[in-house]
Amino acid sequence: MLTIEHLQVQELTLDLEIKPGETVCLSGPSGSGKSLLLRAIADLIPHRGRILLAGRACEEMPAHLWRRQVSLLPAESQWWADRVGDHFAQLAAEEFAALGFGPEVLNWQLARCSTGERQRLAILRLLSHRPRVLLLDEPTASLDPASIGRVEALVDEYRHKHQAPILWVSHDPGQIARVADRRLVINGARLEEQRS
Amino acid sequence: MNLVVLSYGDLAIAAGLIVLLAGLSLLLRLRVERQLLIAGLRTTVQLLLIGLVLKALFAHATLFWVSLMALVMLLIAGREVMARQKRPFAGIWGYALGTGSMFVSAFATTFFALLVIIGNDPWYYPQYAIPLLGMMLGNTMTGVALALDRLTNFAWQQQAVIETRLALGQEWRVAMRDNIRESVRIGLIPIINAMAAAGVVSLPGMMTGQILSGTPPMEAVKYQILIMFMITAGTGFAILLATWLGARRLFDERQRLRLDRLKG
Repeated sequence: MLTIEHLQVQELTLDLEIKPGETVCLSGPSGSGKSLLLRAIADLIPHRGRILLAGRACEEMPAHLWRRQVSLLPAESQWWADRVGDHFAQLAAEEFAALGFGPEVLNWQLARCSTGERQRLAILRLLSHRPRVLLLDEPTASLDPASIGRVEALVDEYRHKHQAPILWVSHDPGQIARVADRRLVINGARLEEQRS
Repeated sequence: MNLVVLSYGDLAIAAGLIVLLAGLSLLLRLRVERQLLIAGLRTTVQLLLIGLVLKALFAHATLFWVSLMALVMLLIAGREVMARQKRPFAGIWGYALGTGSMFVSAFATTFFALLVIIGNDPWYYPQYAIPLLGMMLGNTMTGVALALDRLTNFAWQQQAVIETRLALGQEWRVAMRDNIRESVRIGLIPIINAMAAAGVVSLPGMMTGQILSGTPPMEAVKYQILIMFMITAGTGFAILLATWLGARRLFDERQRLRLDRLKG
């Protein structure tokens, strides 16, 4: 369970509870602060308010341990080494296969991967750390329809298997309808919960 | 062997070469004549002044005056380190980081050389202390400025990568490892190059000076080796200290990358 109490970023205030295995979708116009909220929940930027994971507050544990459990997938994937494999500590072959990669992908040069391939690899990299909470910032924005379906299925499977709460930023109404248990919309300084 | 004393007339002849070069620049419309003449003038005035200061210092060789001189040199070097960075830290950190690292390292190495290796009496005798410290500070300054410039610039450009690494649960040390390694390497390049080329490509300035003033070449060489090692050690320690403190300062207590701590 991820509990967010009075999280303040710029003029936005967020109170939210995401149950184990629940997906909350967050949408709103660009520049409305969606990414900032996710970055604050991952404790990457200074913020006010309290965030708790299963009752333990963020500041009770070292920052890197918090982020290992409450993991953010940024909108654009970033890489620091040349080879794909250098970014992975442990590997689950089924997950790679689920997104259409064979084991040879580890030897690929990132410079020769397409934006979409990199994005799918970034999702695998995130899941390979086995985070307890997923914060996904438009995870499928750069993907083709077939890949979008695969990613949604993989995340859904992860959510069930690990009972992970998920906060998912998306612009696509179709995707929101497919994955969301609840939806939040940013409207100016307010966050409104929409009933489906 | 006696030192051939230069007259001011001799210097005027050398200055004539600069004037000739400036005239050529004017003729060819290269537009560097002004800079050339101003720089030449600055060199003359600054060096004559420091000559007078050293002359006075040698006549009053007390610890107080030597320390004061050393302090002034350090503060000017610290300003220079800050001025050479594109994005220095904001506030007092911008100045204190480079100056502090140079103070710890350059002064410690110079003390060490004066007390243990040279062993003059008194140890602070300015004929040794001031030129040694000057060479230490001059090289440390370049190294620290290069390393810090690389460190902060890289953090600025690679914000997204560093934050992705943090988001994956890496500690700041790990997320910054490549950057720190590269900053240290870049800071050390000039002195490593100088050591590699010494004697083969270039005769180091100090050795040249000593030989010109009549020191037997082997004595000059020994001094030069000593200085090279002291400079390398001093520069290296200062760079390690400055990069570590600088990298630490880029992150807060929650290991967040804080680019707002940089200027501009």
